[in-house]
Amino acid sequence: MSDNVADISNMIIEKLLANPKVPRDINGDSKIVEDLAFDSLAVMNFVMEIEDELDVSVPLDKLADIRTINDLTLCLHSLKAEQS
Amino acid sequence: MNNIFAKHEALQKAYKNLITLSPRDPFHVVIERPLSATVGIIEGRETLLFGTNNYLGLSQSQKAAQAAIETAQTMGVGTTGSRIANGTFGLHQTLEKKLAAFFRRKHCMIFSTGYQANLGTISALVNKDDVLLLDADSHASIYDGAKLSGAQVIRFRHNDPADLEKRLARLKNHTGAKLIIAEGIYSMTGNIAPLKEFVDIKKRHGAYLMADEAHSFGVLGEHGRGVAELQNCEDDIDFIVGTFSKSLGTVGGYCISDNDGINLMRLASRPYMFTASLPPEIIAATLAALEDLEAHPELRVKLQKNAAQLHAGLQDIGLNTGSHISPVIAVTLDNIAQALTFWNALLESGLYVNLSLPPATPDERPLLRCSVMAAHSPQEIDKAISIFKSVYNMFK
Repeated sequence: MSDNVADISNMIIEKLLANPKVPRDINGDSKIVEDLAFDSLAVMNFVMEIEDELDVSVPLDKLADIRTINDLTLCLHSLKAEQS
Repeated sequence: MNNIFAKHEALQKAYKNLITLSPRDPFHVVIERPLSATVGIIEGRETLLFGTNNYLGLSQSQKAAQAAIETAQTMGVGTTGSRIANGTFGLHQTLEKKLAAFFRRKHCMIFSTGYQANLGTISALVNKDDVLLLDADSHASIYDGAKLSGAQVIRFRHNDPADLEKRLARLKNHTGAKLIIAEGIYSMTGNIAPLKEFVDIKKRHGAYLMADEAHSFGVLGEHGRGVAELQNCEDDIDFIVGTFSKSLGTVGGYCISDNDGINLMRLASRPYMFTASLPPEIIAATLAALEDLEAHPELRVKLQKNAAQLHAGLQDIGLNTGSHISPVIAVTLDNIAQALTFWNALLESGLYVNLSLPPATPDERPLLRCSVMAAHSPQEIDKAISIFKSVYNMFK
């Protein structure tokens, strides 16, 4: 897949929707903890799945600032850019 | 004025919901009095203890108790200071030398708890320019140490050498130090780490490796030095961390290493420098328990036999346990309500195990965590299995 912001965002939403417990009406502005009811462990485990898709590692301190799917997208995009 | 506890509203709600499902509060079980290592009084009844981490039964060692009494009478009950001020007694140095010799290493640094051993070691070893690679199922003390260090923290999949290697490969241009941390035996599941494979990987990638042998010290390996001894890779573990509060039955923690940098850690580790040192009676009891541990290798043989008996018994019933046979045997259940009912029924039948609930469990499912001891008799283990069976049958 390409590393542009839209593609990363789509990939994240697709992965989230694979989980039947996640609400069907999510978008980039959805809050990962409040709207998706993820606890801290679930967030870390989900990010681990995304890391494999993009071949990138997200340090835990970066997760502290992530609230929405868009925040996660931008974080991953920036880490990919640093890597290349 | 804003309510300072408002931030914990979600926690309070979850706790209240939990209590409504349970006739007793699972977080406030009181062992009124231990009668022995394996039996205690809970709710006024004699109860089999299968959730204490007291792997060798040494919390009830008469030799350790006697050493503590005599030391308290001759040296007092506390040091009233930190190790770098007035809190270093000769006994502290004796224990450090004995533990270093036990592990056949140059240095040992002791801490006031096992939690502080991880906090103090990790935060002194790495900083913001470094990267920590943590097994995803690491204990809270490792995550907290990582946070205190300020290092970049990257998780790798639990017990997965290939995943660790993939993540290290992504760091090939990183100029700071890289420290991998794994536990010997994982406290919730009893899983055993592939330390030997981690050693091969750390060598290829120029990383350091720290093993937390809290639950494997005194338990695994011919001499009880843990998983690294069992897997014959001790010399390649850079730092070994552990606790006295499991197989030695007291309290405190340690870091062992051949690296002379340990001497600097004594001046750089805040959880070591800014807390009161262990009281002399605890050091004396720990020294006595360590002597017991060394003098009685048969305890480890008995422990393994007991672990195998409990593991096989629970599997025969059809309960979902892990595949590793270690003194920690966890039964995984499907949901919290089921786990609460199961755990309450066990306790009412005279069996105490640990109830572990998500998010403190690795895969978001609740666990009934059992820990077996060398002190358990085969009859006590059979009784525990039989109680599990009768409760499990209620769910069928």
